[in-house]
Parts: sequence; C-alpha cells; structure tokens
Amino acid sequence: MDTSEDILQQASPGLIPGSDAARAAKVTRLSPSFISWLQAGPMMLVFLAFFLIPLVFVVIVSFWDYNEYQLLPAFSGRGYTDTFEGCIAQLPDLCTIGKTYLMTLKLCFLVWAITLFLGFWVAYFLAFHVKSKTWQMGLSLLCTIPFWTSNVIRMIAWIPLLGRNGLVNSGLVKTGLINQPLEWLLFSEFSVVLALVHLFTFFMVVPIFNSMVRIDKSLIEAAYDAGATGFQTLVNVIIPLAKPGIVIGSIFVITIVMGDFITIGVMGGQQIAAAGKIIETRVNALQFPAAAANAVILLAITFLIITMMSRIVDIRKEL
Amino acid sequence: MTETTKKTGVSRRTLLKSTAGLAGLAAGSGAITGFPYVMSAEPKVLRYLGTAVNEGDDISKQCLKDTGIKIEYITATTDDVTKRVMTQPNSFDVLDTEYFSLKKLVPSGNILALDARKIKEFDNITPVFTKGQTPGGKKIGGQGTAPWKVLYLEGKDSKKFATSATEFVTLIPTVYNADTLGIRPDLIKRPIGSWSELLNPEFKGKASILNIPSIGIMDAAMVVEASGKYKYADKGNMTKEEIDLTMKVMTEAKKAGQFRAFWKDFNESVNLMASGETVIQSMWSPAVTKVRSMGIACTFQPLKEGYRSWASGFCVSKGVSGAKLEWAYEFVNWFLSGYAGAYLNRQGYYSAVLSTAKAHMEPYEWAYWMEGKAAEKDIKAPDGSLLEKAGAVRDGGSYEDRMGGVACWNAVMDENDYMVRKWNEFIAA
Repeated sequence: MDTSEDILQQASPGLIPGSDAARAAKVTRLSPSFISWLQAGPMMLVFLAFFLIPLVFVVIVSFWDYNEYQLLPAFSGRGYTDTFEGCIAQLPDLCTIGKTYLMTLKLCFLVWAITLFLGFWVAYFLAFHVKSKTWQMGLSLLCTIPFWTSNVIRMIAWIPLLGRNGLVNSGLVKTGLINQPLEWLLFSEFSVVLALVHLFTFFMVVPIFNSMVRIDKSLIEAAYDAGATGFQTLVNVIIPLAKPGIVIGSIFVITIVMGDFITIGVMGGQQIAAAGKIIETRVNALQFPAAAANAVILLAITFLIITMMSRIVDIRKEL
Repeated sequence: MTETTKKTGVSRRTLLKSTAGLAGLAAGSGAITGFPYVMSAEPKVLRYLGTAVNEGDDISKQCLKDTGIKIEYITATTDDVTKRVMTQPNSFDVLDTEYFSLKKLVPSGNILALDARKIKEFDNITPVFTKGQTPGGKKIGGQGTAPWKVLYLEGKDSKKFATSATEFVTLIPTVYNADTLGIRPDLIKRPIGSWSELLNPEFKGKASILNIPSIGIMDAAMVVEASGKYKYADKGNMTKEEIDLTMKVMTEAKKAGQFRAFWKDFNESVNLMASGETVIQSMWSPAVTKVRSMGIACTFQPLKEGYRSWASGFCVSKGVSGAKLEWAYEFVNWFLSGYAGAYLNRQGYYSAVLSTAKAHMEPYEWAYWMEGKAAEKDIKAPDGSLLEKAGAVRDGGSYEDRMGGVACWNAVMDENDYMVRKWNEFIAA
C-alpha cells in the first residue's frame, strides 16, 4: 500500500514539484482556487444532495407532530419531550434514553479501546516487521475477511461457536475446566463486544498502518543511535507520528458503533438497548418525528465526541 | 405477524426497495401508459406487496398459467409493508397485509376497499372472518383487532369501519392462523399446558418472545393473565396502566435472566429453537415445522388459555383503476378458487375459502391438516419435502379446535405510541 504519497499529492496539488512550464501555461486561464473548487465540487454536490439536504429534513421533521398514520406539519417538541420522558422525575434512576446512551457509550468505549489496542499492534506488525510490499498487501487483505459474509450468516455462525451447546462450551466442558456451559458467551455484552471488535478492528488497522508506513525510518534509527530503548522509541517517536491514523481509525469505529443496532441486536439477543434501536422501533411504528428527534440527538452526541477527539489532534495539520 | 426470510434493518435492500419505489412511482403515475391501441397487447402485470407468507413461486406460476396475470412480488416485513403503503402508495397494485394494520392504513386513504359483489366466493368465506365463529359454530375470542370488527367500510371512500356487513370490504381474507408457544419436548420432558410456563423460573435463560412490540405485548399479556396476575378487558387495547403492569412483569423477568434472546424473524426463531438456546418461545407454525424437518423434536403446543391469532387479506392501492382494477379482481378471485388455498393449507396456515381448497387437496391431506386426524400417508410440503410420517397428528388438532380456541388477535392499540415507548424502556432495562 503505497497510496500515502498519492494522497499527499492529491491533498496539496499546488505543491507538486517540477510541474513543467508547458502545463502551467495551459491552466493559466483558471485560477488555482477555481481548480480547487472544481476538484472538490463533485464530492461537495453529492454531499449536499445526499447528506446535508436530507439531514435538514430530518431536523425539520423532528419538530413535527404525528398521529397513527401521518406526519402533521405543525411545530411540536413532542418527539423530544417523549424521548426524555421521566429523565427528571425518575432521578436518581436513569430514564430510558439515559440508560440507552449509557449502554451505547459503554459498548462504544470497550470496542474502541480493544480495536485500538489490537489495531495498533496489527498495524505495527505490518508496517515494521513485514518487509515485503506483497506480504503487507496480502496480510491487510486478510483483515477484510469478516466482511465477506452477510450479517445474517455471521449471526447464524456465532450460535454453533458460542452457543450453549456450541464448540467453545462443549470444548471447555470436555476438558473439565467448567461443569456447566457458560451462558454469557452468547447474547450478552461480551458477545456484542466480540462481534463488533471482530468486524471493526480493520477500520483501525488501515489508517494506523497508513500513518506508520509514512514514518521516516531514519527517525527510528536516530532514536536508536541516541540510545533510546525500544519502548522509548515507541512512546516518543512512533505513537506521536501515528496519531493521525489513530484518530481517524477512532472516528471510524466510534461513529459506526454509536449508530449500530443490527449487530448489537443480533449478538445481544435483542435485549441490549442501543441508540439506533430506539430509532428503528420508532420508525417501524410510523412515528417518524420521534425517530427523527432521536436521530438528531444521536448525531449531536456523536458529533460532540468527534469534536473532542479532533481537539486532541489536529488531523489536517498532521496530515 | 411478520414472516420474512431476512431482515437486516436499514440496508442495501432497503435502499434498493426505495429506488424500486421511485421507479414504481413513475410507472404508477401514468407516465408509461400513453400508448393508444396497444391495450390488448399490454401484459397483465400486478405488483404484489406483502410479507413472505402468501408469496410462493408456485402460486405466481399457477396464476400466470390460469389467468395470464403476471405477479411481481415485493416482499417486506409487516412493518415495512405498512411503511411502504404510507409513504409510497403508488409503488404497488395489490396489497396483502394484516387486518391489524388497517387501523393505520384505512385513515391514510392510501388503499381502496374491494367490492364484495365482485368476489365470486365471498359468500363462501369462512365465518371466522364474517361472524367471528367457526363453521362448527364455536364462538371465537374477539380481543384485539379481530377481522370481523374491521372487515367492512361504511362507504366506498369511507374511513370508518361499518358495524354490519356492507359491500365495501377492507381486505378480502386470504390466510390466517392461530399462534401459540413452541416447545422442545425432548428438553422439557414434562407436559406444558399454560402460557404462564413462559415465565416459569424452571426455564430461566431458555425462554424467548417476539421483539415486535405490538405482537410481543400480546404474548406477554397472555402470560400475565395465565399466571393470574391480572385480567384484561381487552388484551389488544390496553389502558396505560395495563401497559405499565404488563411491562413491569416482563421487565422483572428480563432482569432475572428469564429470556435467552428475543427474535424478530422467522429464521432467528428456528435457529434459537433448533440449537437448544431456547426450549420455550412464542413461535409460528411453519417455523415449528422447519425445526421438525431438521429432525429435532418441536411441538406447537396448544395451551388452555387459547391461541393468539392473525389474519391477512387483499386490497388494492388507491392508484389502481380501470383495466388494472379488473385484473386485481380476477387475481383475487383466482386466489380464492382453491389452488392457493390448498397450497397455504399444506404449509400449516388456513385458507379463507375452505370448500375450494378442499377440492384441491387429497382426502388424506385434508384429514391431517384440517380434521386433526392421524396421517394415513406421509405428509409432504408443497415443495414435495417430507413434513410428517404417516401416523402423525397435527399439534392442536382440527381446524375447529384450533380456530375455536383463539383468545385474541394481533392488534394496534389506541395507546400504541405509549406502548412503543414502554417497549423501548423494557429493552433498555
């Protein structure tokens, strides 16, 4: 994967060294800023048409009223007040939305921490221990295996592995380690985290790997020559330089897990609350404004987390 | 009831469906009908929106053969069918949906009632739908959205359900069944006779219910009533207090670890039961059959408190008129003429017109499926695979016994909005 340089070039087209005069002459009629707009334009239009405009609709609808079978385009905060129902009255107990987000954030944190740990070391191995480009490529492709099957097939596949009569349990019982099958292996927070880690570690590996291969090897040699131990090199050289990858990977994982309800539903036996699940239930009951209100809340919270993370690292500067 | 093979939430499929919907909108809006004098050459095509229950390939093939009408299935879950009628009424012609969703569909004005006088077999439709009793005269429980409460409209474009028979029929009945708990007799090893067993601590971590709020709460209510905790005036239309009470009982059971998992689609329920993750759960008849066909003992257990029933039928989109409307009548008439009914009966469902279905079944098949008699020969599914060996008896027995034992019907409550919020609270607890 030597795309890092390409990305660098695309990101700063004005900095390409050695662009010859002939080419420069051709584009003189177009100002550089116009070219930049032209380059960003198509993506911007797609973004506008399929993200920003629908998002504006979602926000508008979230303030509408509704009945059993239709949306009523009159201003109403019902979607929000219903959502936060009991949040003050039930104190110190958490209300539904509070419990739901606590669970979502907990799962999110666990998955983030584990995928970061695994992803970092997988990327480290690929970047520094695998010398051949072909092997690097081949091994990164291996990380995509979890995506080769559909959600339904994965769900069915976990039961024979983790189920009450599954491989793991029967193996453990046979070796005499346990007497009773472990119930928490499936349809539990454990299995949800396991499945999410299994799926999304890849999203950590790729950006971190991308950052790591761009680290100038002479920096590591310099650290070594200066007498740094392996650990010191890791903490003072590699981790700081891999930070953009870490942050990008974290954004991927956190945004996906915050919105996930399918994996959480399937692996949690539909007994674990998820922010996305509330939206789905509302949509299925044709309560679109309430669903939209929940979507706005989810978006706001996710946005808050991402903003906090980008405060820690200025991704644009680091790239 | 939501019977479908896959449900993965918002997915590529949904996206494809909405795209198809847009295309359908273009077709339905008349943009493609500006060709004079080619009416006779126009192929007879009906877009058929429904759950997977009635949508057999064999049915559409036979229909094409008999009537020349080509059926294009649009398959979705019950929830998605309702959503689609609301948001894209021009994306389908014929709608096959459940009676309980009528409370939402009829006021929306997006569907058209059919004229009973144009349905040849209308007078032969089972009295289950028209009178709320079995052909043998047994009175059927009417809690919830029982079909006879919402079968007729006051007028052609009326949005009010008529209390007595009119010619404007909301849904022409097609298929229905009586649902109960499925159990694994080999793992339970004792007789089960009541809904209250679902929350019996003996089955801690081995029970399951549906994660479709409107249906799940009905099963929960059957359990609450069976355990003697409360008697509902109408399980299908609870007050807020009743919803609170029902959800409280369920929440306590959930916190105590009673449920292994909740299920949402057909395959999930089959997997849970076949793998032994659950030994007792609310289930659908064909799912029980599927588990059994895997060689695993599974019983669709009749319970003393009775069954929770559901029923579906046909209507058309408001965008259907002219020749297309005539084809729709032709199709509905064909559907009730026996082939489809026999096909559904052989899957363990019930057909709306019994006499025509009977004519299309072998006497031994009729005796097994409808009369509760021991099978004289091996019982085969419509696709020819073996369902039961000779000598087997259907769980719950005859049509009279099963439909006569119905206690309540799938429903949409007046307090639906509150119930959905409480259901989310239950999941989060």
